[in-house]
Amino acid sequence: MSCSRRDLLKKAMCGAVAASLPLTMFRFLSPAQAQAAVAGSGKVRWGFLVDTRKCVGCGFCVKACKMENEVPYDAPVTRTWVERYVVTRDGKTHIDSPLGGRDGFVSQKVGEETIPPEEITKAFFVPKLCNQCDNPACVQVCPVGATFQTNDGVVLIDRTWCIGCGYCIMACPYGVRFFHPIYKVAEKCTFCYHRISKGMVTACVQACPFGARRIGNLKDPNDPVTRAIMTERVAVLKDEYGTKPQVFYIGLDSNVR
Amino acid sequence: MKNHVLRPLWVAIAFVALIFLVRHFMVPKDFGIHGRNFTYGFYRLGAIDDWKAIPVKYRGMAGCGECHEDKVAEHQKGPHHIIQCENCHGPALAHPDKPETLPIDRDRGLCLRCHAGLPYPTSQRANLPAIDPDKHNPGAPCVECHNPHNPEM
Ligand code: HEC
Ligand code: HEC
Ligand code: HEC
Ligand code: HEC
Repeated sequence: MSCSRRDLLKKAMCGAVAASLPLTMFRFLSPAQAQAAVAGSGKVRWGFLVDTRKCVGCGFCVKACKMENEVPYDAPVTRTWVERYVVTRDGKTHIDSPLGGRDGFVSQKVGEETIPPEEITKAFFVPKLCNQCDNPACVQVCPVGATFQTNDGVVLIDRTWCIGCGYCIMACPYGVRFFHPIYKVAEKCTFCYHRISKGMVTACVQACPFGARRIGNLKDPNDPVTRAIMTERVAVLKDEYGTKPQVFYIGLDSNVR
Repeated sequence: MKNHVLRPLWVAIAFVALIFLVRHFMVPKDFGIHGRNFTYGFYRLGAIDDWKAIPVKYRGMAGCGECHEDKVAEHQKGPHHIIQCENCHGPALAHPDKPETLPIDRDRGLCLRCHAGLPYPTSQRANLPAIDPDKHNPGAPCVECHNPHNPEM
């Protein structure tokens, strides 16, 4: 076999260029697919609004969530929970969430501590749930593609595909993921996907007697929740992580972690 | 090329081919990029329908009045009208077919969720009528004296 220097260089160049082309270059995308890849398709992006000023800590949301989503009732795991914050004169913050707030807050004791009422400067309840982030860290770390973001922004887990490695549980900065004791896979809030996709609100939103929890479509500017988020002063949890959480809070305190 | 080079090469190629074959049959057909990009949108499309198929358990109180007209009327008139029936009676599912009846919870804890007094001036909790559970008729079920549907009655 003979090969001139010119031929060798030519072929080497072609080879290098060919090797650098990813195979996906040769896939044809339909216009709809291309648009989905750029903007996130569809007319729906679910978002959540929590008004911490309205929450009284009754825990009906936690009870309803556990029943609706078949989370074992007495296991120490829950998709949503309510935290109590009691700030005292000495600047300390006392936090507890007995059973995730499932049975409400019926005692003045915070954890094991009894706090005299005159010491309290402020106290409030903060409901928490999955933030359905725009940049979900939990999805990034999944090694098998078992968790993903739907086109309407909800992060779901494929129970048939999850291998239970637990990376996502560690990756979530909000600690909303846990290991399901029965299915033996990762588990988290789905915004009650079976309800919102039928035009209903989530079980926790329906259960809240005081309107402290609301869900809405962030892509619809006339949605009352979207309006409230646009016009009121809202905050999100752990903004600094860059996950772009989509659960917004009214009346959030700097003590809330 | 010599045989002792080729033979292991064929074995290696066959092994890789086997992996591709197994992958072809094991990975569901609807697995692929369905969302924004590979990072967030690589999944089995059927998983979405799996989640949608979960049965709804909390129906809301719109339909209860058909059969429990008196209770709903009572409830609507009082300050408890904001509380869903199912918060106190549990999820209705397909009631009255299945379950035929819903549980009745006369536990004091049910009412204390909201009425146990907590000295939290900056919380909405402070605006609810409050009692001290240790002093307000301890031991007796609240519903002995109060109508749970309309406590003003
Ligand atoms: C189609 C008629 C129907 C509808 C709708 C209905 N129920 Fe019932 N409910 C019944 C019947 C029948 C019983 C059985 C009564 C009995 O055993 O005495 C019952 C029993 C109950 C009981 C137990 C009463 C007792 O005395 O033990 C509760 C609580 C209850 N229903 C709540 C509800 C709630 C809350 C809703 C709305 C989500 C609802 N029901 C909707 C027909 C209905
Ligand atoms: C705050 C909690 C609460 C709410 C909200 C509530 N209930 Fe009840 N309900 C109770 C309790 C407690 C009893 C048992 C009363 C008793 O033993 O006297 C009861 C009893 C009943 C009974 C049986 C009563 C009887 O005497 O036969 C029915 C039926 C019923 N509720 C239906 C409803 C319906 C329908 C709604 C919604 C409109 C509703 N409840 C909302 C707590 C509640
Ligand atoms: C979800 C929270 C919640 C639960 C649970 C609850 N209540 Fe209430 N209750 C309220 C609210 C809200 C009011 C009205 C306060 C107001 O008028 O501003 C009220 C008012 C009352 C009042 C005062 C009525 C009056 O005369 O003004 C009584 C008594 C009462 N409830 C008893 C009960 C009993 C008994 C139960 C258990 C069956 C119960 N509550 C469960 C929220 C709750
Ligand atoms: C033995 C009867 C009896 C029992 C049991 C009982 N109460 Fe009362 N409750 C009363 C009476 C009488 C009043 C009105 C007089 C008063 O304010 O003390 C009242 C008042 C209240 C008020 C209104 C207080 C206010 O400031 O307006 C609430 C709230 C209340 N009860 C909740 C409960 C709850 C919750 C339970 C169960 C843990 C309960 N009660 C058990 C008899 C009872």
